[in-house]
Amino acid sequence: MATPLRIAWWRRRRTRDLLFQAALIAGVLLLFGIMANNAIQTVERQHIATGFGFLDHTAGFDVVQTLVRYDETSTYGRVLLVGILNTLLVAAIGIVLATLLGFLVGIGQLSSNWLVARLARSFVEIVRNLPLLLQIFFWYFAVLRALPGPRESWGVADAVFLNNRGLYLPAPVAESGFGFVMLAFAAGAIASIFMFLRAKAVRERTGRVSPVAPGTTALLVVPALLASAAAGFPMSFSVPALSGFNFQGGIVVLPEMMALVVALATYTASYIAEIVRAGIEGVARGQTEAAQALGLNRGQMLRLVIVPQAMRQIIPPLTSQYLNLTKNSSLAVAIAYPDLVSVFAGTTLSQTGQAIEIIAITMAVYLTLSLLTSAFMNWYNARVALTER
Amino acid sequence: MSTSAVEITGLNKWFKAFHVLKDINLTVARGERVVICGPSGSGKSTLIRCINGLERHQEGRLTVEGVELSEEIGQIEAVRANVGLVFQQFNLFPHLTVLENCTLAPMWVKRLPKREAETLAMKYLERVHIPEQALKYPGQLSGGQQQRVAIARALTMEPRIMLFDEPTSALDPEMIKEVLETMVELAETGMTMLVVTHEMGFARTVANRVVFMDEGEIVEIAPPEEFFTKPKSPRTKEFLSQILR
Ligand SMILES: Nc1ncnc2c1ncn2[C@@H]1O[C@H](COP(=O)(O)OP(=O)(O)O)[C@@H](O)[C@H]1O
Ligand SMILES: [Mg+2]
Repeated sequence: MATPLRIAWWRRRRTRDLLFQAALIAGVLLLFGIMANNAIQTVERQHIATGFGFLDHTAGFDVVQTLVRYDETSTYGRVLLVGILNTLLVAAIGIVLATLLGFLVGIGQLSSNWLVARLARSFVEIVRNLPLLLQIFFWYFAVLRALPGPRESWGVADAVFLNNRGLYLPAPVAESGFGFVMLAFAAGAIASIFMFLRAKAVRERTGRVSPVAPGTTALLVVPALLASAAAGFPMSFSVPALSGFNFQGGIVVLPEMMALVVALATYTASYIAEIVRAGIEGVARGQTEAAQALGLNRGQMLRLVIVPQAMRQIIPPLTSQYLNLTKNSSLAVAIAYPDLVSVFAGTTLSQTGQAIEIIAITMAVYLTLSLLTSAFMNWYNARVALTER
Repeated sequence: MSTSAVEITGLNKWFKAFHVLKDINLTVARGERVVICGPSGSGKSTLIRCINGLERHQEGRLTVEGVELSEEIGQIEAVRANVGLVFQQFNLFPHLTVLENCTLAPMWVKRLPKREAETLAMKYLERVHIPEQALKYPGQLSGGQQQRVAIARALTMEPRIMLFDEPTSALDPEMIKEVLETMVELAETGMTMLVVTHEMGFARTVANRVVFMDEGEIVEIAPPEEFFTKPKSPRTKEFLSQILR
């Protein structure tokens, strides 16, 4: 056999790759060095204390929406937490709504009903081709802020009100003995899960399909109702009511939050719809025909044959849409929804001047969120992908 | 009830302006085995697909096991329950095991209990001689094995008529035999079969009649002996001279 070809060490593929990477790393380090040096000089010139000590200082400003206890005497650290939670709230609700709407519109685009397909198509074309910031402004200024004031609110059943200050909903208020009701509800929920699983087993064993919805609903409602009756209904509702110029009681969803959630959800849904359509169309035509030839109806075909195969194509781009939505939520700052960027990288930064620390923390938070989302979706994808060959 | 499995009279079909099936008349008796051949693009697949409603015809009457195929969805499903179809490209469900491929329709269309559906599936997997592959995924099987699974999958719905659209055309030569043998065995059970194929050996031994199609028309119908030895139409002669070389 021939002896292996001799190649000079500097011409070997591996050596070259290593050299190239080393050069790249050196370049990046140099760039960071220059930037850091520049930043340190600025800080010294302006006599700003460095470090993370400022997180313990009193913030002294108010935040319009907080999921945890917060007031003007709270610290900047607390502001950070408030901002993260507000970002997570918008991202979580946005992702759920965008997914539901996106799948609906995506499947709708392929509908054999001309009107449905046309509507779905138009939605995608319009929403996808307008800048997101403009859409946030549209929902905020043109729709929600243009609603009538509190005195002329649109109301439903004297309990739900919508006006230019927000959406006012009744809020449950727990009284003593409420834990007992929760316990009964939990028991009912567990029982209904068992009932659902049993019905599934029965279907597999006997082929008999029995409707489970009435039974499970009853299990969810009845024990909790009986328990609350026994405990003398230990729960009341705080119903919003007009007092003076505004509503008191209940909970309010701010127009800033509504506008942001609606804009993010519809915008992202239009991309998800395209991903879902492409995923479904990517499943070979023969699959549809085989399913039809076996006598499966359209719903069964989608659920049992098409969507499971499409999911493997859908999940990776779906993940990046989730990440986009989370990152895009920072446009909140434009309508003053108190998200992480708005309250921390905005107000806190301008009050303290600790730009480097604050930007670094903010970046770290987004990076962590993104990595966690990706990790979860990768895990899910692996699970879906595994159930094949 | 009529004694014929398939009755086609004056059937015409167009794809837009393209006249793909022209005045087709064909009656297939119960238990009869008909081979359809003809050049590529002559409309063989389209005809087969009309018979189980994957394609709609625009003119003429098409009756399958006494049920007329019309625009109504209910009719189509009634027909499909009686008709199994085996494709050139197998079209197995890649995300399901061989067994799950075979139990899917019995469970969801016939509403059989899972246990019974599995027994049924195993019965037909044994019939096509691959029960031992039941727990594998289609991607792990050879082409010939996949096509035999596809046959078993169609049989689990216990159809009265089996349609085959070039079942061996996508197979390597060494696998064609195992699939043809399976089909011969199926023919021996008395199943009504319509087979689009260019396997003339299969046509000779199994078919009661051979149908020759060209440019959307049925040019000639004859028993295999007659078809191969003294074809009437010059178009048939030309086709046979190409294929029997
Ligand atoms: N869905 C379709 N739309 C338009 N033309 C089609 C369609 N399916 C088949 N055809 C055309 O109809 C003719 C017959 O096709 P086919 O039935 O597949 O022929 P064969 O199976 O005999 O090769 C071909 O010319 C083909 O291009
Ligand atoms: Mg064909």
